[in-house]
Amino acid sequence: MTVDLTQFHDAFFEESFEALDAMEAALLKLDVGSPDAELINTIFRVAHSIKGGSATFGFSEIASFTHSLETLLDELRSGTMPVTVALSDLLLKSVDVMRAMLRAVQAKQPIDSQRVSDLQFDLEVAIAKKGESPAPAPVAAAAAAVLPGASGAQSAPAVDAAACDPSWRIRFHPYRELLARGNDPLRILRELAALGPLAVQADAAMLPALGDVNPQDCYLAWSLELPGTVAEEAIRQVFEWAEGDCDLTIEKVPPEEIAPAQQPAAAAPAPQTPPPAAAAAPMPASPAAAATAPKPEASVSAIGDSGSIRVSVEKIDELMNTVGELVITQAMLSQLGSHFDGPDAEKLRAGLGQLERNMRELQESVMRVRMLPISFVFSRFPRMVRDLAQRLGKQIELKLTGEQTELDKTVLEKIGDPLVHLVRNCIDHGIESPETRVAGGKPAEGTVHLDACHRGGNIAVEVSDDGGGLDKERILAKARSRGLVGPADSLTDTEIHELIFVPGFSTVEKTTDVSGRGVGMDVVRRNVKELGGKIEVKSEPGRGSRFTITLPLTLAIVDGQSVAVGTETYIVPLISIVESMQLKASGVTRLSGRSEVLSFRGDYLPIIRLHELFGVEPRSRALHEGLVVVAEGDGRRVGIFVDDLLGQQQVVIKSLEANYGHIEGVSGATILGDGSVALILDVPGLIRAASMRAAA
Amino acid sequence: MSTNSVERQQGSGGNSHQVLTFVLGDETYGVDILRVQEIRGWSAVTKIPHAPPHVLGVLNLRGSIVPIVDLRMRFALERVEYTTVTVIIVMSVNTPAGRRDFGVVVDGVSDVVDVNSAEVKPAPELGSRSATDYIRGLVSVAERMVVLLDIDRLIGRDLALSASVDNDDALAASAA
Repeated sequence: MTVDLTQFHDAFFEESFEALDAMEAALLKLDVGSPDAELINTIFRVAHSIKGGSATFGFSEIASFTHSLETLLDELRSGTMPVTVALSDLLLKSVDVMRAMLRAVQAKQPIDSQRVSDLQFDLEVAIAKKGESPAPAPVAAAAAAVLPGASGAQSAPAVDAAACDPSWRIRFHPYRELLARGNDPLRILRELAALGPLAVQADAAMLPALGDVNPQDCYLAWSLELPGTVAEEAIRQVFEWAEGDCDLTIEKVPPEEIAPAQQPAAAAPAPQTPPPAAAAAPMPASPAAAATAPKPEASVSAIGDSGSIRVSVEKIDELMNTVGELVITQAMLSQLGSHFDGPDAEKLRAGLGQLERNMRELQESVMRVRMLPISFVFSRFPRMVRDLAQRLGKQIELKLTGEQTELDKTVLEKIGDPLVHLVRNCIDHGIESPETRVAGGKPAEGTVHLDACHRGGNIAVEVSDDGGGLDKERILAKARSRGLVGPADSLTDTEIHELIFVPGFSTVEKTTDVSGRGVGMDVVRRNVKELGGKIEVKSEPGRGSRFTITLPLTLAIVDGQSVAVGTETYIVPLISIVESMQLKASGVTRLSGRSEVLSFRGDYLPIIRLHELFGVEPRSRALHEGLVVVAEGDGRRVGIFVDDLLGQQQVVIKSLEANYGHIEGVSGATILGDGSVALILDVPGLIRAASMRAAA
Repeated sequence: MSTNSVERQQGSGGNSHQVLTFVLGDETYGVDILRVQEIRGWSAVTKIPHAPPHVLGVLNLRGSIVPIVDLRMRFALERVEYTTVTVIIVMSVNTPAGRRDFGVVVDGVSDVVDVNSAEVKPAPELGSRSATDYIRGLVSVAERMVVLLDIDRLIGRDLALSASVDNDDALAASAA
């Protein structure tokens, strides 16, 4: 009976990639010197489950590599090996290699065996350094089993393919615990011999010194050859019970292929050696051969990636608009239904209620499709900062805040590269070397801070550092030498800061691979502008610089409080609201007979009458008959006078500018459940508009 | 825009094109049918602050926010009550900032007629040029005179101005 294991591949890849992300995160958190046992366990579990999974699916190279990794991690876990910076680097590299291997296998591309074997060698060395003899054995064996010659521990099988027929080459590398699982290699070899003339080559390279031998462990590996006339199924059946307790490769080798593969010098990557004739269909019993063999049909690689799908944004927008229409139709039906009389009226209303609930869920799901928290972008930075800091010999702490700020997927995808540029710049140009910092009276460790928040109807992403700040003199000198600025021109600080966004502008004398080629800031600005946003820089010499990217939230969702003024409904973003309250007549003071202020927690806040500002007829002009929403924007607080509070809801921001234009104090509009349009207030803009009016 | 160029070509070739006619008071106006997106009944609009008086507010048109212009007010005609037969014609205009959709409130939609470009007479000069430059021409259809509107000029300019009108208001307010 055969089960098609390929159907589980996608799940395996997805889980493995997620597990690797977790492993990377855990590695980054791992303290040198005093490692957290739970973190090491997490890392170990990842390696172990990937090893198990890849062995099951026959991705023997991954299994072999993770086996080495697991051995090393086991040493860490037992505490026999300390966590060093070099070691955690090695482990991070292993994460990269595993990711690359998984990607390659997923795409059915050959694995970069050189890279894998190099790193596997490094892992072995790390284990060997520990100074205990039994440890290297399984590692070397694992390497040898898949990569003949790569580790040098094993000479290639000396079996002479006398016959000109293709033959089966079997690499059988039992794990040490094979015997304990009730398998007998001798029995397996005998059964194979019964199938046909069997050439056997034992590999005793990993046999430890006699004193270290555990008689219950299996230290040997075998290279076997059988004539090609033997059925593959028969061979696989022999190994059926050993599956999972050994690394097994079964390849069909035509005679001309044997020669190059046997040259020990050629660290021949395993995936390249199997000829296209190798079994393409994975077998459940031992899919090893199938998986290591790159499939000749390249066209296959396009399919089978069903974990997620790419959908064009237009399609989602279309979907959202259609759902919006449905919501309106449903609201209309509900209204009709509530006036409906007759024998089935109750049933109709029940049905309409159900429809309404389903509609709401549908609408929410469709909205969620587009929105992702910015942590998707932020999560790449811990690793990047760590690597860069190390390369540049700087000590840097990365602070991330506001990771849960949700933004539109398109914006999210495009904001990544500009942020990478900015963070790189902060590390390369901004943060000084530890010595300089200490000399300047700052802590040796510099800080790079990434922050995201909804602000004034926009999304603001800030990248700040506490480094040396922009060197105005140098920027100006460079600009003069390049003829961007006349020798006599004097510029304001802001104008000087602007210069860094000029294409090709860089003050760094020596071009590093990190930055300094003068591409970067102009690209950053262009990317941000393409998103309809802007980028600003503030810098103080010796104190650091702060880059603020402001993006419009054309399609972002905002949590809002609906308020009523007369017949109109407005949405106040919840993030701007401090408190809502009812005023007593005594709580309000008139300043110089005109502007009204209210006393709020010991402060006096100006009152903005929304009906006056927007020219709407209110239900009541008496302050004590309505409500005041205390809101904050640009660091200032005001009381916004409205008729009533209606309710809180998440709203999708629609652009008013697409068909109309910008309105001061309004960041956009949204469509309410009944299909009508409500304006979303922009509190900072409102405050500006009101103070302009008050100044008049 | 491509539709625009096609339309121009048709105009210069003397071909006939279809025009949607609608009534405003005693007059009949016409717009190129290719610009008409949708005709819908009157429904309450959401007011927008600081808008010119003839921009009544905005409506939701299948997910996009569309400003609504009262053509009676735009042409300084007497105002009438909006009723169930009041109609909004949603059209697209080309502005320097790109294509924009907007709706106009009219008394009622009459007909779709074929207009031969050769029969279109230019609007008579009436002193002030700006008063008539949104009129593409006059054409006689079944004994009625139809005023063909150039909506890009009529509305496109309004929409482009709306943002600056807003600023003017603010300036006026601060100057007062």
